[in-house]
Amino acid sequence: MTVRIDQRRNGYTLITKSLELDLMPQTLFEKIWDSHLVCEEEEGPTLLYVDRHLVHEVTSPQAFDGLRLSGRTVRRPDLTFATMDHNIPTEDRYLPIQDSISAEQMEALRRNCNEFGITLFDLLSSYQGIVHVIGPELGLTLPGQMIVCGDSHTSTHGAFGSLAFGIGTSEVEHVLATQCIWQRRPMNFAIEVTGKRQIGVTAKDVILSIIREIGTAGASGTVLEYRGESIRKMSMEERMTICNMSIEAGARAGIIAPDNTTFRYVSGRRFSPKGKDFDYMVDRCKELSSDPGARFDRMVTMDSSKITPQVTWGTNPGMVTDVTGTIPSPEDFSDAESMNAVKNALEYMNLQPGTLITEVKIDRVFIGSCTNARIEDLDAASRIIRGKRVAPGVSAMVVPGSKAVKVEAERRSLDLVFKEAGFEWRESGCSMCLGMNPDVLQPGERCASTSNRNFEGRQGRGGRTHLVSPLMAAAAAINGHFVDVREWI
Amino acid sequence: MDIGYGGYFLLEPFKIVTGMVAPIDRVNVDTDQIVPKQFLKLTQRTGYGQYLFYDWRYDSQGNPRNEFVLNQPRYHGSKVLLARANFGSGSSREHAVWAILDYGFRVVIAPSFSDIFYNNCLQNGVLPVSLSYEKVESLFRKVYSVDGYYLTVNLEEQSITGPEIELIPFDIEPFPRKKLLEGLDEVAWTLQHETHITEYETRRWDSDQVLPVSHGRNKKEQMSASDQF
Repeated sequence: MTVRIDQRRNGYTLITKSLELDLMPQTLFEKIWDSHLVCEEEEGPTLLYVDRHLVHEVTSPQAFDGLRLSGRTVRRPDLTFATMDHNIPTEDRYLPIQDSISAEQMEALRRNCNEFGITLFDLLSSYQGIVHVIGPELGLTLPGQMIVCGDSHTSTHGAFGSLAFGIGTSEVEHVLATQCIWQRRPMNFAIEVTGKRQIGVTAKDVILSIIREIGTAGASGTVLEYRGESIRKMSMEERMTICNMSIEAGARAGIIAPDNTTFRYVSGRRFSPKGKDFDYMVDRCKELSSDPGARFDRMVTMDSSKITPQVTWGTNPGMVTDVTGTIPSPEDFSDAESMNAVKNALEYMNLQPGTLITEVKIDRVFIGSCTNARIEDLDAASRIIRGKRVAPGVSAMVVPGSKAVKVEAERRSLDLVFKEAGFEWRESGCSMCLGMNPDVLQPGERCASTSNRNFEGRQGRGGRTHLVSPLMAAAAAINGHFVDVREWI
Repeated sequence: MDIGYGGYFLLEPFKIVTGMVAPIDRVNVDTDQIVPKQFLKLTQRTGYGQYLFYDWRYDSQGNPRNEFVLNQPRYHGSKVLLARANFGSGSSREHAVWAILDYGFRVVIAPSFSDIFYNNCLQNGVLPVSLSYEKVESLFRKVYSVDGYYLTVNLEEQSITGPEIELIPFDIEPFPRKKLLEGLDEVAWTLQHETHITEYETRRWDSDQVLPVSHGRNKKEQMSASDQF
């Protein structure tokens, strides 16, 4: 038996000390990949084993139908967890669902989970929430795992040192039936974040700056490993914000090596290992980082002390600038494609080149989404608005990322702070991040949003989205236009 | 040969497609543009063609916008979608590919695709072809200048041919190529590797009590849908 096969043996036992075994130094992602390798096609993709399959109501009904039509079943219902988040209303949970098509999709998920024996955190469950918020919160997400979900923001879970990525519905069906997934091996891309962030500059500003630097397709075909002192100092929630938006740079996944911050977060959660099992996990995970000398296909270094609060001005997350900046002009770009893209974006966003970002007035504020709706986000935003009022003409809402986040926020009386300032305080869900439920922008409305995508129509047809941090969104709500939140703290 | 679910052959095999080309002349077209979210609430895989590029195709009253490519008679009946870099970025929604297929496209040509969109194409018998920026640019010029411009895309030979152009070879990895050529049902294919999967599971649970499951193997701890959360 070769060392190579030994290495594939299993989850934690496998995470080998590559250097001691005299193997090629490996990256963090390669270690997880190898330890989940079931088999390989010659010159083809690799079959990987999946530790956690997270399921939601929008991308799963066709997958379950496929299983039924082919007479197949779910191979590992015990590794499969479902919740409802995408299309659910965020107003009173005890009222009937107004949208009958959405209601049918939710009902389908209930039937499917029941039929195939899958754990479902239903609408009224105290564990319900955005799938990428509840995975970590419940201790379902652990270091070293392979995690998939029919949602592109599955990259969020990489913050724990797991390999996590979004898949399509056919792949959801495949994972349900086989607990495995075929993948082409991505390349390694390291992003080193150095320096100390200025006060008022958040993880959101860091990831927006990274996307600005490398572009919305800059990480295509790669796994982004975030590293460096600035990342090490981040809380798990900040790391989740970073990894969450890896997909906006086109990456297959984002990943951060686990450390004591990770283990402290995971400890004592509902489904995380306990006692000796936990100690064993921690012990094995100490090897779960890129070896010195591991080869990266590309490396970029960012100095976080130079990053300012970021505001997107266009129709993809790479169209972003400093809060101190101005709306660019198509002429600022050299190639025809970019000029055309900027022209289209400015037209859609109804913005004039040269306008100061801080002069852009807003109609709506959305604090929510799998990017920025965890307790630290709500807490930070509440500090900005405490004792103040939302500007006249602005409508603002907070949608906690999960039921647990909502309960914790209420325990800290943050709901009162938001309500007193004039914010709406809602039930948890994806809400206006993608506007599948009744929470949408009206045509022409301009929104400061803590979500992850400013695509045309994303938050409602004709709606104009500016992506910002929770701090920047809160400050914009109070002022009615963007302000440099550093001057507010 | 068993066509349909349950057999090895699920998709319509892709060998040669000849069809007119419709150009979508924008970079970074995301899946929110390909199918807006209000159409993701359906529970079937078919019928999405009417929603393809909905917000570009129709105004807010639901009337066709004449200037949009798919509303121009010269592009009606196209089978090849010609696009720009980073096509299909953003959301993982497979509905985007279902809409492209249901509308009648079998091939998408672009300089690059987002990873998830690319995979979703392969799952549905749609061939994503990535060509150099220059090649794509020259095809755009042809499509704009020649009414009814059509291409023949031959997967077996990995070539694209058409009027007034030299043969364009393209790359595709062996496994996706085989999958499309044979219309392979990927689940059935994977289940042929059942022994590997079982072996892998056994290896892990024999030697690793913690992962991949922190619960589940142990009957006592195993949860079921009947548990209340």
